[in-house]
Amino acid sequence: MEPEIADSLLDAMLAKRIIPCLDVKDGRTVKGVNFVDLRDAGDPVELAWQYSQQGADELVFLDITATHERRKTTVELVKAVARQLNIPFTIGGGINELADADVLLHSGADKISINSAAVRNPALIDQLASSFGKQFVVVAVDTRNVDGKNYVHLNGGRLKTDIETEVWIKEAESRGAGEILLTSMDHDGTKNGFDCRFLKTVNDNISIPLIASGGAGNMQHFIDVFQQANVDAALAASVFHYGEILIPELKAELRQHGIEVR
Amino acid sequence: MTGIINYGAGNIFSLTAALDRLHIPYGMVHRSEELSDYERIIIPGVGHAGAAMRKLQASGLAAHIGQLTKPVLGICVGMQLLTAYSEEGDSDLLNVVPLKTLHFENRITGKVPHMGWNKVFPENDCPIFENVGKDAYFYFVHAYFIEYNATFTAAYTQYGLRFSAALQDRNFYGVQFHPEKSGEAGERLLLNFSRL
Repeated sequence: MEPEIADSLLDAMLAKRIIPCLDVKDGRTVKGVNFVDLRDAGDPVELAWQYSQQGADELVFLDITATHERRKTTVELVKAVARQLNIPFTIGGGINELADADVLLHSGADKISINSAAVRNPALIDQLASSFGKQFVVVAVDTRNVDGKNYVHLNGGRLKTDIETEVWIKEAESRGAGEILLTSMDHDGTKNGFDCRFLKTVNDNISIPLIASGGAGNMQHFIDVFQQANVDAALAASVFHYGEILIPELKAELRQHGIEVR
Repeated sequence: MTGIINYGAGNIFSLTAALDRLHIPYGMVHRSEELSDYERIIIPGVGHAGAAMRKLQASGLAAHIGQLTKPVLGICVGMQLLTAYSEEGDSDLLNVVPLKTLHFENRITGKVPHMGWNKVFPENDCPIFENVGKDAYFYFVHAYFIEYNATFTAAYTQYGLRFSAALQDRNFYGVQFHPEKSGEAGERLLLNFSRL
């Protein structure tokens, strides 16, 4: 082996990831998008390709299709994205059992994200990790602060559980989650910045990557979440979709602040 | 034409999609007789190295890979299979390249698995890195790494320690990252291999 160099220096080489999130319903993106050169803003495949060209490091697709046809459209979407995209992507929504995940893996998904299904059936995390490897399993957690404590919420933040968020994340990690996607429902949609303090608390307590979500409104918010919470990745939707933040400019700004990006 | 070893270790949809995008023709290798149908061979692989080795042995291909004289590219666990041994499941592997595959855990303070985009520094003028750039980012997902070696390391990456991001020994190449998920740099590498 080569002579050892300080860990801190070497670890700094891993780039912080910028992840746009696309909500998809019946095979179409839901939230508005105003990229000027987009032929079809509702086509998730074209949108994904645009993001990869802009320098997005990874994409998350959240499928909110409600019909029983869901599985078929999701699989077609995943295949189309995998054919087109040369960066990794995660698909979430409606994954309740091993068979759901198996189909998505073989359709080209790099990771799947599970949320409520994992809370209702924690053993699903173990099963997915042992069948497909930890790296395939992202556990998404929606959290909300109630009387000074963070609790896991379900159904898009509407349904409070009695499970403390930090406790649940530790359990998810020990069961084989490869990554945590933590959305602060108190911050989501506010554009007032990420919940850096809670994200730091969680991040200091786990040894798997943490993706911050909820609250991104400007470039300073991304600088803050990387500098203050040292998360591995930051996810946002509308600020990217509406062109309020352009990824190349965001990355240049992060780089200027000494944050390692691709 | 490029042959892909199809032994059931992980999903190869992303790999074949990348080759399709690059117009690199390929076929599948299931049995040892089919190895001679191709000019070069890719060994993909995701998951547990020991389990992948058992699948490769069950396919009857394991005994033939080390004998190949055409270009061979192992990707991720496919690369680790080329080494002598992995700490994952205490597994003996193909021993094409006399190196060991080790666990990050307890050797670094950073998070394991090493997941995300990291810089890759080519060494020794390895032809698969031609026109890739001296410190291009590639996408990694792995908990086990191949030790750095001045002779066989074709590119290194630093994550708490310096490890082999790529190997070369004669006609045998390996990459720890996923070129099919590594943007334009990854596509360049796959094109370079397809022209060997």
